[in-house]
Amino acid sequence: MTPGRYTRTAIALHWLMALLIFSAFPLGVYMHDLPLSPTKLQLFSYHKWLGITILLAAAARLAWRITHPAPAMVDMPRWQRIAAHGIHHLLYVLLFAIPLSGWLMSSAKGFQTVWFGVLPLPDLVGKNKELGDLLTELHQSLNFGLLLLVGAHIAGALKHHFVERDDTLRRMTFRYKR
Amino acid sequence: MKLRSLLIAGALVATAAMAAELTQFSPEKSQITFVSKQMGVSVDGRFKKFDARITVDPAKPETGKVQLDIDLASIDAGSSDADNEVRGKNWFNTTVFPKATFVSSQVRVVGGGRYEALGKLTIKGTTRDIAAPFAVKTEAGGAWFDGSLTLNRLQFKIGEGAWADTSTVADEVQVKFKIFVTGEVVPNAAKK
Repeated sequence: MTPGRYTRTAIALHWLMALLIFSAFPLGVYMHDLPLSPTKLQLFSYHKWLGITILLAAAARLAWRITHPAPAMVDMPRWQRIAAHGIHHLLYVLLFAIPLSGWLMSSAKGFQTVWFGVLPLPDLVGKNKELGDLLTELHQSLNFGLLLLVGAHIAGALKHHFVERDDTLRRMTFRYKR
Repeated sequence: MKLRSLLIAGALVATAAMAAELTQFSPEKSQITFVSKQMGVSVDGRFKKFDARITVDPAKPETGKVQLDIDLASIDAGSSDADNEVRGKNWFNTTVFPKATFVSSQVRVVGGGRYEALGKLTIKGTTRDIAAPFAVKTEAGGAWFDGSLTLNRLQFKIGEGAWADTSTVADEVQVKFKIFVTGEVVPNAAKK
């Protein structure tokens, strides 16, 4: 392993997560106020399957991250380091909080989540319309937060790559040659 | 002995009451629920309004008769979106076909305390012969008739057009009923 780079597993999990989020997020935005149709039921199921996959990937990622420290950060001003760390921590929180809020919201609305139509997840709360509406708002707000954080995360990575021309983004890629 | 004859008389009256036919359907206690499968997920639903004319002796259910009318617009299909959708043309089309009816005057003894009400079920202008299996449970003041059956929604054209696709909403719908019938005249029910 080249010093200063994330492990291959960490890199794979990072980009897998990116792919899943960039699928589930627009799907959620698109599907939520479609008129009821078989397509809507299908899209809701796909979105829920993606969400649970993200939850599992987040658990795997957190476990990997705890047992495999990240490489030392590239030199940068203190405020940038604090901002980057803060955003990373919040992103980790949301990777759990968003799928969980979606799962609870489904339960409260009376639609159990069955992962890939095969594995039924327990309903952690009973059917309750008010709670369902509340969780819907929570799910949306958390996603709005995610949008802002991912925006800052990407902007930071691109600034380091193209403006500072340092290794920040390269540490998270498989091809790392300098 | 006075006490003894009283007890015997009491027992006789009780036996006579038990053997009597029950005719008062209890809309408050009775339930008609169903489970549909959407994308492999079971979704519970129910009908809030239905009425039944029943004559049945819980000791001899095989002589019973029933006419059940279900107000289809009273459906709770799991969400307000779904309720509005299933009242529409592709599903129950409740403005044209407001009621589903089940009429039976033939009950078959299956054995082991189980029976089958054989009769005609009409939904959305389609009538089919069905057998509704049930069991009887007597209780103070009346008796429960509980059972369930699987209906194929497409046989009644429930869910037409894009909804006929059974990979999204399964063809089989599990219908469960718990009907309570009493011998007393309940003031509310008597008016109906």
